[in-house]
Amino acid sequence: MAVEDRVGADVDVPVGPVARGGGWPAVTAHWFVRYRRMWFGTAVSSFLAPLLYLVGMGWGLGRLVDDGAGGAGGVPYLLFVAPGVLAATALQVAAGETTFSVMGSIKWDRTYHGMLSTPLAPVDVVVGHLVFVLVRVALASSVFLAVAAALGTVRSWWGVLAAPVAVLGGMAFAAWCYAYTARLETDRGITVLLRFVVMPLSLFSGTFFPVDQLPVWLQPVAWATPLWHTVEVCRALTLGVVEPWAVVGHLAFVTLWLVAGVVVAVRVLTRRMVV
Amino acid sequence: MTAGAAAPMIRARGLVKEFGSFTAVDGIDVDVMPGEAFGFLGPNGAGKSSTMRMIGCVSPPTAGELTVLGMDPRTHGAAIRARLGVVPQRDTLDEELTVEENIWVYGRYFGIPRAEVRRRAAELLDFAQLADRAGSVVEPLSGGMKRRLTIARGLVNSPSILLLDEPTTGLDPQARHVLWDRLFRLKREGVTLVLTTHYMDEAEQLCDRLVVMDHGRIVAEGSPRSLIAEHSTREVLELRLDTLDHAEHVGAVEGVAERVEVLPDRLLLYVDDGERAQSEVVRRGVEPVSALVRRSTLEDVFLHLTGRTLVD
Repeated sequence: MAVEDRVGADVDVPVGPVARGGGWPAVTAHWFVRYRRMWFGTAVSSFLAPLLYLVGMGWGLGRLVDDGAGGAGGVPYLLFVAPGVLAATALQVAAGETTFSVMGSIKWDRTYHGMLSTPLAPVDVVVGHLVFVLVRVALASSVFLAVAAALGTVRSWWGVLAAPVAVLGGMAFAAWCYAYTARLETDRGITVLLRFVVMPLSLFSGTFFPVDQLPVWLQPVAWATPLWHTVEVCRALTLGVVEPWAVVGHLAFVTLWLVAGVVVAVRVLTRRMVV
Repeated sequence: MTAGAAAPMIRARGLVKEFGSFTAVDGIDVDVMPGEAFGFLGPNGAGKSSTMRMIGCVSPPTAGELTVLGMDPRTHGAAIRARLGVVPQRDTLDEELTVEENIWVYGRYFGIPRAEVRRRAAELLDFAQLADRAGSVVEPLSGGMKRRLTIARGLVNSPSILLLDEPTTGLDPQARHVLWDRLFRLKREGVTLVLTTHYMDEAEQLCDRLVVMDHGRIVAEGSPRSLIAEHSTREVLELRLDTLDHAEHVGAVEGVAERVEVLPDRLLLYVDDGERAQSEVVRRGVEPVSALVRRSTLEDVFLHLTGRTLVD
């Protein structure tokens, strides 16, 4: 084996710029090598889930809504619900990829410990992981949008941008799921998160019905979460009723959540791992 | 204590690690020289792993001085880690990946180019005697194989220092010997080895020099042979008696040995000539169920220094 460069007494070598090793791309590469073994299953489910949702919700439930109330938000229910489910799906995929895998990397197979014994820093570990999640969410959102478009729910070319907006919303949430999970000692907290945060958010953020149907006191909660803003923009884009300043405002708010989430996630992971 | 002109690879002075009100490492001084195999010997909870994590630049020292490869872990952690190989106490392999994928992925963490990583992975798997398992998923492999893979992975950056935290704990005797053989080869090739263990035989086999740790402090330091010479006798006579309490029989063997240790199941008589001590004991009318004469080991050193055995 190569030992020529493994010299014992080379401690006088002057210290160069601080080595960063492979940086976050090396961490992303790890998650992709791992994903290679299961991409098929996730690809199938990211195609089937929207199809079932749109057919069941849009056509089945939609006929009831359209007959009884003349649609939702001024359009047939299928057109109303499709961008909502798109954003909610992005959020769910994002949450799924930043909970159990984060816990596992800290506590179960401890791969994060391996990463941090190399030149990588906690910021590389967090960013590298989130970049992988970004690609996962982007794939799921694109497939969903394609299925939704095939079902005739996208009325405008603006709709193409609904996928990246859904991804932004998903990532804003992913960063916070990451930060939350990185503090946990057991996976019970993940179940709590999925059941009492992800689920209600998916249901009540203007996805399946307009938030003005919510009790007045609950509406501000919906406005504070990134998902409602994402849904609003996705819906405006697929329906082709874009008000530029409203869109910019919504996106700025979601971006703020994302940036703050990444900063907090890096801090939490550093505190957890560097002790 | 540092003979010769070479600068130490690792130098610690008054090194302290506290977790809240608990002091894991309580002011230790250590010098590890280039090419040396250096051991931290001690029971669980002695502070060995905390020390290793500080040297590995993943755990900031609470107080004291620490220099690794001439650099300060507080300011040059990444640069130091780039030149360390780490074999942690618990494996951190990705069990869903294959053997070779684990090395490829790990090599990328160091920023080693893809083609170079693949070339080294092939060499390292040969070295670790895992070449025929290169394409196997890690999860079902034996503990010994996983350990060898962790070592192979730790060598991917051609490290100047290899840190091994309890490298053979939990392995069967055969797997341990295979692993020791690999470590011997590395040592011959000039890699500085730093290891922790609570196995005396491991320390005696592998270490040129070691420190004995207990409760976060260093209680003795030297080569295995010098530690035995300094803190124990040449031979030990082990007596098992037909009794519930071996302590009752200390009086009967008084004066035979330089020192007597009482264990729950036997008496240890520290003597220079075990055979002679045995005849003397028998002459006095003590009838052991079994008697064994052996050479002193580091276990005896530890027992003498701390009053406790290493592995309970």
